[in-house]
Amino acid sequence: MSDPSLIAVKVDNVVKSFANGDSRTFALKGASLEARFGELLMIVGPSGCGKTTLLSVICGTLKFEEGDVAVFGQELRAMRNCDITRFRRENIGFIFQQFNLIPTLTAVENVSVPLILKGVSTAQAEKHACEVLEKVGLADKYKSYPSQLSGGQQQRVAISRALVHDPRLIICDEPTAALDSASGHKTLELLQESAVRPDRCVIIVTHDSRIYEFADRIVQMDDGRVVGQFDDPSQLSHA
Amino acid sequence: MFRIALKMLFRDRAKYAMLVCGLAFCSLLMCQQSSVFCGLMNWTTATVRNIGAPVWVVDAKVEQANEIIPMRQIEVDRVRGIPGVAWAVPLYIGIEQARLTDGSFQNIQLVGLDTGTLTGRPMDMRAGRIEDLRLPNAVVVDQVAVEKFRRKGISIELGTTFEINDKEARVVGICHVSRSFLGQPYVYTTFDRAMEYAKPSRKMLGYVLTAPIPGVSNEELAKRISSLNGLRAIAKDQFFWDTIRWYIRNTGIPISFGTVVILGVIVGIAIAGQTFYLFVHDNLRFLAAFKAMGAPNSTLAGMVLLQAFSVGFIGYGIGVGLASWFGNTVLAKEQPPFFMPWQVPVFVAGVIVFICAFSALIGLTKVMRLEPAVVFR
Repeated sequence: MSDPSLIAVKVDNVVKSFANGDSRTFALKGASLEARFGELLMIVGPSGCGKTTLLSVICGTLKFEEGDVAVFGQELRAMRNCDITRFRRENIGFIFQQFNLIPTLTAVENVSVPLILKGVSTAQAEKHACEVLEKVGLADKYKSYPSQLSGGQQQRVAISRALVHDPRLIICDEPTAALDSASGHKTLELLQESAVRPDRCVIIVTHDSRIYEFADRIVQMDDGRVVGQFDDPSQLSHA
Repeated sequence: MFRIALKMLFRDRAKYAMLVCGLAFCSLLMCQQSSVFCGLMNWTTATVRNIGAPVWVVDAKVEQANEIIPMRQIEVDRVRGIPGVAWAVPLYIGIEQARLTDGSFQNIQLVGLDTGTLTGRPMDMRAGRIEDLRLPNAVVVDQVAVEKFRRKGISIELGTTFEINDKEARVVGICHVSRSFLGQPYVYTTFDRAMEYAKPSRKMLGYVLTAPIPGVSNEELAKRISSLNGLRAIAKDQFFWDTIRWYIRNTGIPISFGTVVILGVIVGIAIAGQTFYLFVHDNLRFLAAFKAMGAPNSTLAGMVLLQAFSVGFIGYGIGVGLASWFGNTVLAKEQPPFFMPWQVPVFVAGVIVFICAFSALIGLTKVMRLEPAVVFR
């Protein structure tokens, strides 16, 4: 049993199903895992095994039927919708598969969104966003629109957006799926450098085996359940 | 987030332009057509407004200001005999034919003012003096006469002569008055001379103009005079509205203008509603991302409403601005009629608010139902 103070996210026996006409499809069938502070946890598994559903449940964007999810000690099931929304705003940073950068906003405006949502003034938010963009090597791209950036650069903007408000949990959904191998590696290096900290937890859902080496721990899923946990990525290939 | 919402709107240039153009066109159509309709209705009341008497006495069967059923001249004395009447004077109005020096004809509205008081005289004299009407064969013509005669190659100025029913009329003044609904020029003269110009008939009196003594209202006096057999008295304001109501009830004018206004509303709803729905639909994924990042529904609803009402406000401004520009341009020529009372822009603003609210509502139903988890799909 882990020391509770080291646990950032605890998922216990979560069941989640979706209506499919008259029948129900179970996406999660009692999934359980723990993510610790200071670690980069990867959730891997074949398509349709419930990785993304689990990620949605962890960040409170999807309700679940059974089980418990606690993030930083707070039970999501006990929270009202508005409290979950506020909790996400203050504690979670997102990196999406398709980046989800607003095409009509510049890089700096995109990055400043989480700060503005927290109530920071636009001027201050953009100033801080510029600093974060500078850290990820996009100092000369503040005013660029997403369409003027390469895939790798767009993902760096997305990483900046996820980190700008200093969240304690970073959620990444297939962050390298839309990138070539080199860009994918660079993205993970950047995530490891800038996101992984002792007071923070990074959870990445992926099935890109090229980036497993960056994980501190890997959780393997299949058919809605966690079927294995590996501290060493190389163990996964032998499993 | 509201700045972000506006940036998202303004920088999506194609949809933004489409939305603004749709709403501007809709506002222009509604505002311009409503103003032309009001202008046309205003023309129907030109006689009432030009003469300006507090109470009008007409034949009991008269329904509106442009309908003249001649009365006997003795009616003036009958009206004078009613308690509460301060004064009462005769007024002749009739359509006559003027023959110009080149032999061509022009229909005119001959107005015969009370010879002693010239009650109902035009207030805006552009040349000459109204008092000169008492000179032999004197007439005062309005700006429409000047314009119509000029088109026939005759320049009207003080001293110009023409004939009304074979009797000479000499221009001693040029005035500016509201244009009549039928478009014929007003030619003012004295009541006595109007009797000479007009074709003789047993009944020649068009109206009796009257006013109450202090302490008696126009409506009260009208009520008292209406008790006289065969007469109807109407206060100025009521005569104005009776005339407009008559044209609304008895002509196809409101239907034809109303159809265009309804068309404007439909075009607005179709273009703005559809484009705004597309705009929200295209941004749904990003709104879901905002929701996932912790934007509450109220913030997203505020963003969508701000976007809808921003395009509405801009489109409305452009549309009403264009309608005003059109109005200013045509007012100089006085055709087509154009009158934009404050109720027209307020009505158009109301319709635009409805269209924007409708468009926003369609978008909002999507946004409110939006699952933030869709960003992971």
